[in-house]
Amino acid sequence: MKTFAELNFPGRLIAVEGLDGSGKSTQIYLLKRWLEAEGIRVYFSEWNSSELVKSATSKGKKRELLTPTTFSLIHATDFADRYERHLLPLLRTGYIVLCDRYIFTAFGRDVVRGCPPAWVRGIYNFAALPDLTFFFKADLEVSLNRILEGRPKLKFFEAGMDLRLSSDPYESFRVFQGRILEQYLAMSTEFNFIVIDANQRVEAQQAVVRQLVSQRIDLARFKRQKPLPPPPVRWNKKAVEIEDEPAE
Amino acid sequence: MKKNRNHIVVPRPGERRFYGHGIPGVHLDELVGKLIVVEGADGSGRSTQIARLVEWLETSGHATVQVGLKRSTLVSEELERAQEGNILSRTTLSLFYATDFADQLENIILPALKAGFIVLADRYIYTLMARDMVRGMDEAWLKNLYGVAVEPDAVFYLAVEAEELVQRNLSKNASLDYWESGMDLGLSRDMFDSFVQYQTAMQAAFRQLQKTYGFTIVDGNRSVEAVTEELRKKISAVLSGK
Repeated sequence: MKTFAELNFPGRLIAVEGLDGSGKSTQIYLLKRWLEAEGIRVYFSEWNSSELVKSATSKGKKRELLTPTTFSLIHATDFADRYERHLLPLLRTGYIVLCDRYIFTAFGRDVVRGCPPAWVRGIYNFAALPDLTFFFKADLEVSLNRILEGRPKLKFFEAGMDLRLSSDPYESFRVFQGRILEQYLAMSTEFNFIVIDANQRVEAQQAVVRQLVSQRIDLARFKRQKPLPPPPVRWNKKAVEIEDEPAE
Repeated sequence: MKKNRNHIVVPRPGERRFYGHGIPGVHLDELVGKLIVVEGADGSGRSTQIARLVEWLETSGHATVQVGLKRSTLVSEELERAQEGNILSRTTLSLFYATDFADQLENIILPALKAGFIVLADRYIYTLMARDMVRGMDEAWLKNLYGVAVEPDAVFYLAVEAEELVQRNLSKNASLDYWESGMDLGLSRDMFDSFVQYQTAMQAAFRQLQKTYGFTIVDGNRSVEAVTEELRKKISAVLSGK
């Protein structure tokens, strides 16, 4: 498997990985804001967000129809749709693509659910490797607390309840997340994860991320030639009309 | 020996295996039913033959279940909708169908086999693999993907000439299906030409797959009765463990 740079794509792909509550989504959002402000062509893609597949996935989750195999396959379908329709064309055009979770999420989760590692990896072998993968490594207790603090209602699959680890969703979530963390740590060297200490403050992490991105990627190459054209007039007008509506 | 008209054959269990990694947690020796697959293009007579086989099997005392492509609870509607928009790229199409297949495998096929049913599959992984191969997907990738599938007890491929298929499809629907004509491949703007080219390529892919999976090719150019006769004879042999 090769990275997009090794495959001579003009674009670059940066992925973030980590447990729920590791703060990775916050970090990639801040990275995106910075790159946009720098005038760089950037696109953001989130795990499990394909318009085509999403309704099937949420039906499967809500009605608890998913097995480890179909859970794995439906997420692979979602990934393939985003990969072929958005990521590949944008990377060929020279975008910086930011991914909140990439194939490693599947490698970890699906294997914890009992799918054979070679099968899962084989399915995703159509995808190139990210040029940079940040792994946000927080102590298990820290990420668990971030998620569990508000005593949220954990969803069935999110808590790993399908694994029958415990009848208590919170206990199940703890064990499940612990096992995923083990998988991540085992993959870390193999896939060149850049490990970020996610126990630090948000700003401290972001500073490290921005510094590494500017060191590893020649950002000047990805600037827009000219600023974005103003939005079409029709669109502006509509925005004004909405503002004009009387407040209730 | 005089044959007893009320005699019901109890199928002999055979060797069971998955093609590859399989499904975690399944005990193969518990799958005592039989899995019979009928493959072939639209218009090859699959549905007609399956209906006739169900009639015959049930009359002979066997419980049956039918599965087919795009019939899963999980993704069939979404897959249908996505295909209507013709916006599916090839890997997505492939994985979408694999999800549909796996959902039926785990929720219908395996439980039915465990309960001793005869499962009749109106197409199986081979059509899915052939379609993907024609679209340039890697055969090794497909084999890994469909390593989840359990090996059937018999696979019959109803072979019908591409020109004959066109005639049958047109006389049935007065039109050709977009996907069954391979229109997404851009072979020809003419649907008729595209259909013939696509079905010819599909037949070549099936011949390629036949080397690995060794299914029985049945001449589907013959009369409905003649085809049923051959299928019944072969299925009887399967049930008695020959």
